Amino acid sequence: MLQVSIYRYNPETDSAPYMQEYQLDTQGRDLMVLNVLEMLKAEDTTLAFRRSCREGVCGSDGMNMNGKNGLACITSLSDVVKDNKLVLRPLPGLPVVRDLVVDMGLFYKQYERIQPYLQNDTPAPAIERLQSPEDRDKLDGLYECILCACCSTSCPSFWWNPDKFVGPAGLLQSYRFLADSRDTATRERLAELEDPFSVFRCRGIMNCVAVCPKGLNPTRAIGRIRDMLLANAT
Amino acid sequence: MVTNITNLGRSGLSDWLIQRVSAVILALYTVFIVAYLLFNPGLDYVTWSNLFAQTWMRIFSLLAFISLAAHAWVGLWTVTTDYLKSTPVRLAAQVVIILAVFVFLVWGITVLWGA
Repeated sequence: MLQVSIYRYNPETDSAPYMQEYQLDTQGRDLMVLNVLEMLKAEDTTLAFRRSCREGVCGSDGMNMNGKNGLACITSLSDVVKDNKLVLRPLPGLPVVRDLVVDMGLFYKQYERIQPYLQNDTPAPAIERLQSPEDRDKLDGLYECILCACCSTSCPSFWWNPDKFVGPAGLLQSYRFLADSRDTATRERLAELEDPFSVFRCRGIMNCVAVCPKGLNPTRAIGRIRDMLLANAT
Repeated sequence: MVTNITNLGRSGLSDWLIQRVSAVILALYTVFIVAYLLFNPGLDYVTWSNLFAQTWMRIFSLLAFISLAAHAWVGLWTVTTDYLKSTPVRLAAQVVIILAVFVFLVWGITVLWGA
């Protein structure tokens, strides 16, 4: 029997969060963590968590599994379970709405701040803005982010200053537009980032890289933003 | 853009560069002092005093002191903004740190150029 310990909190009825213990017979199968949650929800319908595509594309079911952030739908029990025990907690650092559901407001606010859309002040061409294959290659490893928040909520700098530090997810997207040959707002974008918090609160501990379910590297993107800021100001 | 007025360089970029350059200077100074002590086992006051009487050593030492002051300001400012969430407490801590950095810097210069 798999021992599952889940963070429970319903602000309408509970005065404080608590861990609830469950037991589940997996019949020896190597299930995904999301399968475990759905089997438990069939027994206990009060259990709340987000899920949608169940194949690591939508980014809804980011949570903390045995101490490491990840997507429950693409994390198998054999990846995380130790000593037959699975501990599930909401993503750290964000306000809990209920059980494993967190309020992503601050995360989205930081994403909005970096203006995650193409800006180009030149006249629009008749058909489309073309890009060379080499320029297109620069966006690989950046555009794939699904905004699951696993990286930003594993970052201590984001825990302490979620209102000021953009966080790894937002900065990866920021660099995605800084690196885009079709974007002409590079200077304006950089001017918004040179303060002591937005980019420079990153201390390069690479928690973001360690947890990213898509295998992306926000630390490298942050380093490239720093290089661009330095090139612009020296 | 987040506005800050108690950090050293007024910009995250300049703070970041100051932090890195000062770290290199401090590393060189530390290696030099440790090596000097290792290669001069029976060090007496006259030798030690003569070392610091030379102009290049005074420049190197002053550079290291200023680097230490800047490094401490940038680093401790960052720590206060991470962990001190109450504005009066944070501001008071920052003022104390900046004043202490100034006092230690002037004190160090006095030691270096004093009698």
